[in-house]
Amino acid sequence: MSSAAHATRESPALFPPLGARRTFVIGGILLILAGMIFGDIFAVFVLHQNGARISDSFSAATNAVATGNVAGVSIAFQNIGDFLENHGTKVDAHVHMIGFGYLALMLALLQPMIAMSEIAKKRLAVLFLAGAVLLPVGVLLIRYVGLADSPFATIGWASIFADLGGLLVFVVGTGEFAGLWRYWRSRTQPAVVDELSRDRSWSNRALLAGGALLVLFGFLHGAYYAGFHLYSSEAKDQALVSTMAISAASNQPAAAASALRDYDQLQVAQAVNVAAHSHIIEFGILAILLGLFQPYVFLDEPWKRIWAVLLLVGSYILPAFVFMELRWGLVAGGIADVGGLLVVIALFGMLTGILRYTGRLDAPNGVAR
Amino acid sequence: MSASKRLLIIGGLALGIWAMGFGLYYAVFIEHQTLDQIASSLTSGFTFAAQRRLPEARTALAASAQGTYVYVRQVDAHGHWIGLAMLLIVLGAAFDRVGFEERLRFILALGLFAGAVIFPLGVLLETLSRGGAPKFLAIAGSALIIFSLAGIAAGFARTSDP
Repeated sequence: MSSAAHATRESPALFPPLGARRTFVIGGILLILAGMIFGDIFAVFVLHQNGARISDSFSAATNAVATGNVAGVSIAFQNIGDFLENHGTKVDAHVHMIGFGYLALMLALLQPMIAMSEIAKKRLAVLFLAGAVLLPVGVLLIRYVGLADSPFATIGWASIFADLGGLLVFVVGTGEFAGLWRYWRSRTQPAVVDELSRDRSWSNRALLAGGALLVLFGFLHGAYYAGFHLYSSEAKDQALVSTMAISAASNQPAAAASALRDYDQLQVAQAVNVAAHSHIIEFGILAILLGLFQPYVFLDEPWKRIWAVLLLVGSYILPAFVFMELRWGLVAGGIADVGGLLVVIALFGMLTGILRYTGRLDAPNGVAR
Repeated sequence: MSASKRLLIIGGLALGIWAMGFGLYYAVFIEHQTLDQIASSLTSGFTFAAQRRLPEARTALAASAQGTYVYVRQVDAHGHWIGLAMLLIVLGAAFDRVGFEERLRFILALGLFAGAVIFPLGVLLETLSRGGAPKFLAIAGSALIIFSLAGIAAGFARTSDP
């Protein structure tokens, strides 16, 4: 890792118990675990039930159009808005929790190259975790807090705190970038020797290669979907909504009902494709990240291999069977949930190893303390 | 630190900060208003249909579809910029393991970085124009990402034990 500017001295990258790097690593894995468990609960108890309620409300709106019931239309769409908000805020909370977890792991990787005092780094890490918790919790509460006592006409307190969380993360990101820039511009900072970049263990290589393949598969699937289905799917979506309303108004109930059925199927197909695409790429990035942190997983090699294999197997099962939901329905959904559970178990296993880390790599002679 | 690694890490951080700034601005000033517009147009479309005012219903439903088209792309651009920024940083951290000469590694890193900037930009520009140029940008960007990623995966596979 040495460069012309940092060629004269070297210092080891440290992983002290209450240091910034460890705070980012443990906080990041906990955020990912919390996001995944929340996602599993959401998928089992909210997702499908909410989708059925949205479909029922569209049916009610179509019936209201057929009978000329303007108030009925208004009620149906209020319900749809409510169900969509329920869905959207929970998805946002899930996605942001996991996304911030990844970001924390990445910032942990960069810590040796952030040119600032350990105290300042630790403060940034704590600030980051505060923002990373505040944003998803705030988003989750938007639906329940609403506009109560809010000083604004359209944004409630939960939204304000969620935005504050985003601002904190943004500030930390800028601070870390400034520290990195300072490191690279400085000719007095010693070059950092990071043991993480030297690891060539089996679990490290399996996670790196498996993760890179997952990301590649995800991009290929995304490109295929965008190239062959996205635009036609959007056009079909618009045509079906229009057919629902116009057919109901034109006394063609069969056409309206058929459009509603097709619309439901289209929503499921779109959701499944988007979920498969995003999950496979996210798990790929997670595998690469965890591959890099294997030296800090203080477990025997067989256990490290078990957790690595379990993580990769779960990472392939979940998106593959989310995609198969289009053909196999809830059976595939159940298998996908098992894949998610495997990833959660593997993450717990690796987290246990990181919590057991004794500082062997930090010690000058490589002896565990 | 090699130039390829530096490009990925600095480029990834810069892209991530840009994406977070864009997301924050979008969430505060645009998202709620866009969602309100989509919902009100959809409700108006069905209400006009219930009143048998079909031309107005079609217009409102088309406005709702246009709002959704824009919303999806704005969120996609934000999400892909953030996701790709994370990918750049992660791959940057592990880039020493790509078993090619530095010149080829730099080309792969440059392709990935350029694709990560261009692809979501093309998606975002589709909200301003439905012509071919934004689509071309999006396709070219995603092709750059896919080819670079395939090269990097092959480079990881070539890595030998020290």
